[in-house]
Amino acid sequence: MTAFASIRDLTVTYRRDSGEVAALKTISLDIMAGERLAVIGESGSGKSTLALAIAGLLPASARIDGRIDWFLRPSSTLGAKAPPLSGRTEGGVTELQPFKSEIGKIPLGGRDIGFIFQDPSASLDPVMTVGKQIAEVARAHLDLTWPQAYAKAKTLFERVRLPDPDSALRAFPHQLSGGQKQRVAIAAAIAAGPKLLIADEATSALDTIVQAEIVALIRRLVAEDGMTLLFVSHDIALAAELADRIAVFRHGELVELGTTAQIVSVPTQAYTRALLDAHIGLDAEPLLNRPRLDA
Amino acid sequence: MSLLAISNLSRSYRRGGKTIVAVDDVSFHIEPGETLALAGPSGSGKSTIARLVLRLIEPDAGRIEFEGSNFLALEGSALRAPRTRLQMVFQDPLAAFNPRATVARVLDDPLRIHGIASRSERPRSIAALLERVGLPADLTARAIHEISGGQRQRVAIARAIATKPSLIVLDEAVSALDVSVRGQILELLLDLQRQERIAYLFISHDLGVVRAIAHRIVLLDGGRIAESGDARAVIDAPQSAIGKALLAAAPRLHRTSPQDT
Repeated sequence: MTAFASIRDLTVTYRRDSGEVAALKTISLDIMAGERLAVIGESGSGKSTLALAIAGLLPASARIDGRIDWFLRPSSTLGAKAPPLSGRTEGGVTELQPFKSEIGKIPLGGRDIGFIFQDPSASLDPVMTVGKQIAEVARAHLDLTWPQAYAKAKTLFERVRLPDPDSALRAFPHQLSGGQKQRVAIAAAIAAGPKLLIADEATSALDTIVQAEIVALIRRLVAEDGMTLLFVSHDIALAAELADRIAVFRHGELVELGTTAQIVSVPTQAYTRALLDAHIGLDAEPLLNRPRLDA
Repeated sequence: MSLLAISNLSRSYRRGGKTIVAVDDVSFHIEPGETLALAGPSGSGKSTIARLVLRLIEPDAGRIEFEGSNFLALEGSALRAPRTRLQMVFQDPLAAFNPRATVARVLDDPLRIHGIASRSERPRSIAALLERVGLPADLTARAIHEISGGQRQRVAIARAIATKPSLIVLDEAVSALDVSVRGQILELLLDLQRQERIAYLFISHDLGVVRAIAHRIVLLDGGRIAESGDARAVIDAPQSAIGKALLAAAPRLHRTSPQDT
């Protein structure tokens, strides 16, 4: 496997009223082409900051040090507007902001990187039909006419298994369930044929059954399109079901990185063991010392 | 006599000209000191039942008996006394509290409003409540938005136990917490239950947590009871379709080698 992106000494600092907070501290890690990499951690671990940094979505007020080198191959699925992406880019502070950088060197968010957020309601425009929202994405990145873009949207809705794609095109977000909205958000994320799909707690707000369906959907789409997946989650069991490798984060630092089997069965770090032990699974010893009931 | 007895409870909503039956002829009971879990997928009626029990909304039909009296018949000031015995903790304490209020203020309210402690006694009562939920006494001056999520949920529990309740409704009360904190909060809830025989109506979508903490489970699907019984027995071998689906969907950790310590 070859590296898809190489992150070196990445440090992200947020400015707060009370001073500066380092959300990520000199992180170095390679994302391999075509792998499913899970990033797990608790609140404040920096896992979402890492996802946003990779996607170039950090707020302008964040200070970024370090570099991300990309090893992107040209893709035939990209439209005529997009020049082929290739070569190694030596990155500095500014080049970690893809939107501000020269196209052709660094991946473009929305086209080369698809992002799925936790709350699909916040990702979707409440007063625009979801069909138009997806068609807009397809038009913007694939140089399509509106009719072509709507046809593409319908194909995408079929791919994410929205029931009745034709009427879904005309639906507004509030008419869809949480799971259906997340399917629409996934359709938007994959519309331009990204190389990298980032899912940041994409199933955390969904119930167990819908969560399993969405995870199965992400797994299938990633396999079908040969995408690389970065799956950010607080749930080590969920991450372990999906990922080839797991990176464990805590307090902005990379604690441990290994294959899923290594992390789950032979973790080397005490914190990873603590996370595994804290998981209350279906086979966990009940906490309850059954007290005698009146009844 | 059951602490809480719910009989044939129903509640429907009208949405966009359609009637949605959120709770459909549901009956169950909770004994003193017992944890009863309500589990089920989104839209199964869990939270609607919680809101009915708390009388935040009224049922279309059915009966709720709490501590031996007809709870639905109580109105206005007559509701105030039983409300001290029936408390609640929600998923997001930041949304449940005024974020700018101090911890002391949040705990002072129930003590003052329900006349549990006099003005001069209240600082001692607040300190005692903080100690019981494992928080340092110097937290009192901090604002709710300044403390961590785990600390905030401990404050929510302290507030709930301030009025010496016999039943606390816990609506996804540990779902948003980090795993390391979640275990501690579950232990705290169990300690309080052992010490004071508080009963819990524990609403959760997480069958692992339910199995670890609940005595009995009521599994809901589409507003109806799909299955109920001993929590471990139901979760280990569900009979209903929804029980089997929930179990199949739950992520599992396959730790193959014995863990080293």
